Amino acid sequence: MTRPIRQRLEVPVAGGDGERYSLRMGPQHPATHGVLRVDLELDGETIVECTPQVGYLHRGFEKLAETKTYAQGLILTDRLDYIAAMANNVGYCVAVERLLDIPVPMRAKYIRTIVAEMSRLCSHLLWLATHALDIGAMTVFLYCFREREVLLDLFEELCGARLTFSYPRIGGVRQDVTGSFIDELQRFIDIFPSRIAEYETLIDTNRIWLKRTVGIGKITGEEALDLGLTGACLRGSGVDYDIRKHQPYDAYDQVEFAVPLGSEGDVYARYRCRIEEMHQSIRIIQQCIDQLPPGPIVDPDAPDLVMPIKAQTTIQAGRSEYGTGLIRLLRDENIYITGDVYVATEVPKGELGFYFISDGNNRPYRMHIRSPSFIHIGALSQIARGELIADLIANIGSLDVVLGESDR
Amino acid sequence: MNILLMLVWIIILFCVVMLHVAYATYFERKIIGRMQVRMGPMRVGWYGLLQPIADGIKSFFKEDIVPDRADKPVFLMAPIICLVAMMASLAVLPFAKGWVLADIDIGLLFIFAMSGLASYGIVLAGWSSNSKYSFLGGLRSMAQVISYEVAMGLSLVGVMLMAGSLNLTEIVEAQGDSFLGMYLMPQCIGFFVFFVSMLAETNRVPFDLPEAETELVSGYSTEYSGMRYAMFFMAEYIGMMVMASIGTVCFLGGWNGPFPVPFFPPLWFVLKVYMFMFIFIWIRATLPRYRYDQLMGLGWKLLIPVALGNIVLTAFMKAIIG
Amino acid sequence: MEPMEIAERLRSEFPEEVLQSYTHQGQTAVLVRPERIVAMLRWLRDTDDLRMNHLRSLCGVDNSRRKDPGLTRFEVVYNLYSIPHRHEIRLRAEVGAEDPVIDSVVELWSAADWMERETFDLMGIEFANHPDLRRVLLPDDWQGHPLRKEYPLKGEVEWAGMTELLEKVKELDQYGFQPDGNEQTSSGPSKEDK
Repeated sequence: MTRPIRQRLEVPVAGGDGERYSLRMGPQHPATHGVLRVDLELDGETIVECTPQVGYLHRGFEKLAETKTYAQGLILTDRLDYIAAMANNVGYCVAVERLLDIPVPMRAKYIRTIVAEMSRLCSHLLWLATHALDIGAMTVFLYCFREREVLLDLFEELCGARLTFSYPRIGGVRQDVTGSFIDELQRFIDIFPSRIAEYETLIDTNRIWLKRTVGIGKITGEEALDLGLTGACLRGSGVDYDIRKHQPYDAYDQVEFAVPLGSEGDVYARYRCRIEEMHQSIRIIQQCIDQLPPGPIVDPDAPDLVMPIKAQTTIQAGRSEYGTGLIRLLRDENIYITGDVYVATEVPKGELGFYFISDGNNRPYRMHIRSPSFIHIGALSQIARGELIADLIANIGSLDVVLGESDR
Repeated sequence: MNILLMLVWIIILFCVVMLHVAYATYFERKIIGRMQVRMGPMRVGWYGLLQPIADGIKSFFKEDIVPDRADKPVFLMAPIICLVAMMASLAVLPFAKGWVLADIDIGLLFIFAMSGLASYGIVLAGWSSNSKYSFLGGLRSMAQVISYEVAMGLSLVGVMLMAGSLNLTEIVEAQGDSFLGMYLMPQCIGFFVFFVSMLAETNRVPFDLPEAETELVSGYSTEYSGMRYAMFFMAEYIGMMVMASIGTVCFLGGWNGPFPVPFFPPLWFVLKVYMFMFIFIWIRATLPRYRYDQLMGLGWKLLIPVALGNIVLTAFMKAIIG
Repeated sequence: MEPMEIAERLRSEFPEEVLQSYTHQGQTAVLVRPERIVAMLRWLRDTDDLRMNHLRSLCGVDNSRRKDPGLTRFEVVYNLYSIPHRHEIRLRAEVGAEDPVIDSVVELWSAADWMERETFDLMGIEFANHPDLRRVLLPDDWQGHPLRKEYPLKGEVEWAGMTELLEKVKELDQYGFQPDGNEQTSSGPSKEDK
C-alpha cells in the first residue's frame, strides 16, 4: 500500500531561505474552535512542522464513568460533543442497550432518529458558520445561527434544555413528543432547503471561496483510512462508510437516504458532503415524522437508574408508564450480563464508538470512547504540513473538531 | 491673519471629519447588521445613535497597555504616524469648488505619499509589538501595500493623462465635458483596477489579511489597547474616506452633479463618498478573505498588467482624438 | 463473513497466538498473545477476503479488579472493521503486569499514533517502536496513569504545575499585586496561607 501523505513528512518543505521560527497558535485563538493548541514551525508563512496539542479540556470521563451507573453515565456524554449532545446521548444509549440486551420500542427509535438528525443539522450549521467565518465570510455565520436557533428552540420544547439534553434514555426516551413539536419541526424542514440554497448562493458561486478551498488539504481515500478519518472527512475522499448504512441502529434501516460522497478529498469536497448531508437529514426527519408509530416510549423492562427516589414513588403510585423492571434493577446490583461490546454510531463529526466492558456490576468496568475529533486532530499534522497558515485555518475548520469530544 | 484663518479651517475640517468617522462606524454596523438579519446597535440613544460617542469615550478612558518587551518609543509612535499621515491627505481634497485647504499642484502624488507613509505606521506597529502575530500582520501589510500601491498609481495614470494635471481641482474640472461629467466611462478599466486596489490599500475585506482576525488575531493591532487601538481604527476609516474621495474626484466627477445645490455645494461629493462607503460595507458582508499568495498573484499578475494596458490605450486614444 | 468464521481463520493462521474466542451480543472477540500482534493485524488487514482496513479503536484495559479468572493484568483491545466486506472483529492482546509493553501498530495505521499515545498516557502501557510516545491528554510532568484501577479517584497531592502557579501568585503578592475589588470576591490561595 502506498502512502504519499506519510512520505510527505520526510520531504523537506520548499520555499524561503530556511530560516524558521515557531508560532504557538492557541489555546486562545479564534480559529482553533475551543482550546486546541497547534505548535507551528514556520518558514515565512509556510508550515514546516505542525504539532497539535490537546488535553486542555480533559475531564477524565472514562475514569468517571467507571464510578457511575450506566444511567448516570449518560450525562457525561452530553459534555463530549456539546454541539451535538443529542447524537452522543443516542450513541451511548444504543451501546448500553446492546451490551445489556435491552429492547427499545419502535416509537422511541423513531424519536431518537429524529433528534439525532436534528442534532446533526445543528452541528453542521455551526460547522458551516464557523468554517465560513474562519475563511472570512461573515454573513454566513449569522445566517446559520438563525436556523440553528430554531432547532435549539425545538429541543427546548422537547426536553427543556438547549445544550446538554440527556433526553434519550437507556431503553427509550425521556418524554413523548408533542403535537406542537412535530408541527414546528415540519414547518422548519419545509423551509430549511431554501435556507441551504441561500448559504450556497453566498458560498458556492464565490470565486474567492473556491480559491480558498479547492485543492486545499487534499487527502486520498487510502490516506484517509490510514489516518483513521471518519464521517464527512472520509466520505469527502470517496470512501463509502456511513455507520447508519453499514450497521444500522435505531430507525435508520426503516428510512431511505443517500450517503453523499466526494471524490477530491479537499476542503471543498468535505464542504459539499456536509451540505448534502443536511439535505439527507431533512429527508430522514421527514420520513420519521410520516412513519412515527404509536406505542410506548420506554420498554417496560428497561432499567433507568438515573431516576431519583421521588420519581420512583410516582411510578409506584401508577402515574407513569415506566414498568416494574426499573424498580427491580434499582434494588438489585448484580444482575447484569458480563461481556464486552463495541458499538459505533454516526455522529456529525464521524464515528463515535463506545467500548464497554461489564463484569456484572451496575457500573461499567471500563468505558472507552472512540472520539472522532481526537483522531482527526491527530491527523492534522500530516494534512497541514507544507501548506500556508491560512490553509491550516481552513483545514481545522473542515476537519470539524470539537475539543470537548477530543479531550474527554 | 491668514494663518489664523487657516487654523480655523483646519479645526473645522478636523471636527467634521472626526464626526464623519464616528458615524461611518455606526453606518457600517447598521448596514452590515441589516444584511446579516440583525439590528446593529440599538441601545445607546435612539436607534443606537449615540453608540459611536460611547465607543469613543470608552476607548479614551481605557488602560493603555504597553507590552513588556515592546520597543516602547516606536510602539507609542506607530498609531500616531498612521493617523497623522491619513489626516494630512485630507488637506488636499477638494470637497467643492474652492473648498480645499491646500490646492497644491501635485495633490494626487501627495495623497500617494501619505498613504505610503501610513503603511509605515502599520509595519512599525507590527515590528515594535514584539509579537509574532503582529509581526506577521505587519509583514503582510507591507507586502500588500507595496504591490497595490503600484497598481493604484498606474490605474490613475490614465486619469492624469486625460486631465493633464495632478491637481485634484483641475482633474474634477477637466471631467466636465466627458460623458455624464465623469471619467467613469472612458476610464472604466482604470476604475476597475483602482477599485480593487482601493480595497487592498485600506485593508478591507476581501483583502484584510494584515488584520485577519481568524488567522492573526487582528494582526498588527493585536497588542494595542485603548486609545492607541482607536487611533488605528480611526486611521482605517479616514483611509477609507480618503480613498473614496479620490475615487469620487478622479472617476465620478467630484462635486459636480445633475444640478448644482445652493448653500451646500459639497452635497454631491458627500453622497458619492457615502456610496463608496456603502460598497465597502456591502463587500465586507459578502466576500470571504483571500489568501496571502493569491492576493499577491492577483496584484502582480492581473491588476498591474491591466493598468499598464489601460495607460497605453488611454495615451493612444488621446493621441488620436486630441 | 461471519465473525466466528474470521476467528477460526485467525486461529488456523496463528495457532500459537490465539488463546480463546467468544461471541457476546453478536460481536466476536479473540484473546491473543501480544508477541506477534503486528503480524496478526497485518494479516487481517491485507488478506483479500478479510480486508480489515479500518482500525476503529484501540484502548487499554486494566484487569486487576475483574472477576473473570485467568486474565493478565493489562490488555490492549483492537476493534477492527472491514469497510468493503462489512464485518468486524475484536482482538484482545494480553499484556503482563510488570513492564507492560506491546508492539506499536503505527506502521499499519497512522491513526494508531494518537490512540497509542492516549493508551500510554492514561493506562501506562508502552508501545515499542512508536515514533513519538509522549503523553497526549495530560501534562508532560503528570505522575501516574489515571485509568489504572489503583489510581485514586481523589488526589492526595496537588499537581506540580498547580503548586508552581500558587507559588507564582504568592511571589506576585509581594510586589503588591492586588487588583481592585479582589478582597470581596477572591478566595485567593494567598489568603489561605495567612
